[in-house]
Amino acid sequence: MTRSEQTIAESGAGKIGVLNLQGDVFEHLDHLERIGIEGVPVKRLEDFDSLVGLIIPGGESSCLARLMRIFEIDAMIRRRHREGMKLWGTCAGAILLATNVQGESSHLALIDMEIERNSFGSQLDSFVCEASAPKVSPEPIPLTFIRAPKILSVGPDVEILLHMDDFFAAVESPDVLATVFHPELTPSLAFHRYFARKCGLHPLPEESGAMSAWNRNSWMRMARIA
Amino acid sequence: MDATRYELNVQLAQMLKGGVIMDVTDVEQAKIAEDAGAVAVMALERVPSDIRRDGGVARMSDPQMIAEIKKSVTIPVMAKARIGHFVEAQILQELKIDYIDESEVLTPADEECHIDKTRFSIPFVCGARNLGEAVRRIAEGAAMIRTKGEAGTGNVVEAVRHMRTMNREIRRLAGMPVEEVTGFAKENGIPYELAMKVRELGRLPVVNFAAGGIATPADAALMMQLGCDGVFVGSGIFKSADPVQRARAIVKATAYFNDPARVLEASMDIGAAMPGLEISSIPEERLLAGRGW
Repeated sequence: MTRSEQTIAESGAGKIGVLNLQGDVFEHLDHLERIGIEGVPVKRLEDFDSLVGLIIPGGESSCLARLMRIFEIDAMIRRRHREGMKLWGTCAGAILLATNVQGESSHLALIDMEIERNSFGSQLDSFVCEASAPKVSPEPIPLTFIRAPKILSVGPDVEILLHMDDFFAAVESPDVLATVFHPELTPSLAFHRYFARKCGLHPLPEESGAMSAWNRNSWMRMARIA
Repeated sequence: MDATRYELNVQLAQMLKGGVIMDVTDVEQAKIAEDAGAVAVMALERVPSDIRRDGGVARMSDPQMIAEIKKSVTIPVMAKARIGHFVEAQILQELKIDYIDESEVLTPADEECHIDKTRFSIPFVCGARNLGEAVRRIAEGAAMIRTKGEAGTGNVVEAVRHMRTMNREIRRLAGMPVEEVTGFAKENGIPYELAMKVRELGRLPVVNFAAGGIATPADAALMMQLGCDGVFVGSGIFKSADPVQRARAIVKATAYFNDPARVLEASMDIGAAMPGLEISSIPEERLLAGRGW
């Protein structure tokens, strides 16, 4: 971590980026705004300036991996990660962060875990449920799994935040968070708050009063035609 | 389809935003598409330009061929059913693909009714030329919309027309006092509640992709700048001179649609596009966008 970033993190100021190459970018930006954190879409190398954290959203990991590689965004993420930027991958993002992806070579390889893509089957096997992750929230958290991967095993420095039947759904290392479900598609802000705190920021304890309550169309205010 | 299942289906489409869905006719093409960065593939026996050339009745593709493609990739697989052919849709649901396209590219099986999509668990995407058509399909249970365009022509003019028409109608609706919405709903043949929803959101309440005639990186970026959430490319890739380069280029241009330098970079050195067709040169009975209503 450079001196200037240390200052940013300690002061509780700083922005969280959402990688804006493909996928559910607006949904994450909407959640960040609800907890009073400045979120920025990140598409170019200069967009990484002064980020204390980066969310790699859901989407298709093969598409994201290809775009990251050809535009040298992968190298930039690795560099900023070395400098102290925290990372969170949801679904496809978790696949990109894993050191070990079943049946293919790994991508960013920044958290020691083995993951299996599209582990439940087709869209007909996508599902919602609820579970507790005590370190993240005292309340049960609604979970949305869409053609989700499974985390099959983790290395010694990785802590399990949410263990489900035969897989891990949320895990973290000191600088990387990985979830195979989509908190950004639910009303719950718990994981976004948790990640903001991991980045040294101070999220609002209550949803920002300036905004109407979350619903599944909330992201659309960022993609209006009229 | 219960509300939770419908929500999951709408949300899968949200995951595809900013991406390119490519028509493929065999395993080899499906792999090329996946490697190029497609967010999904549409498995079909003939791309639209071949359907257009061959004439005759175009039906759902051979399920065996769809199953092979499904086995060969990890990205979502879509396939087409004929408009109104709910048994083709039942077969595709049984095959456990990820999305059904109730498509005007195939010969309609029913000239009066589209499929009642609420009876299915699997998600549907449907084509539309205007807001009324889009909202009627959503009312029937579609979880995603695309423009119809004029498939298999390599000519983007109809997709542009359909997107501009939808946008114009959405802007009109969004600027309307509430008491005028009833008349708008009547005039456009759509449910009042959904008209109110579009008015509130200032857009369709589901993801809306561009489709029909997209052949170049510039076409894809044009549709994105017009406000689409992503693009379908049918014949445009595998009927071009260099499908691998073109597929990659269209993925790049879609992601960086607002960055002319990147779209330029994507447009360089990718070989010839598919040959295009002037819409006025097509006999009216051969136009596909007029199928469905």
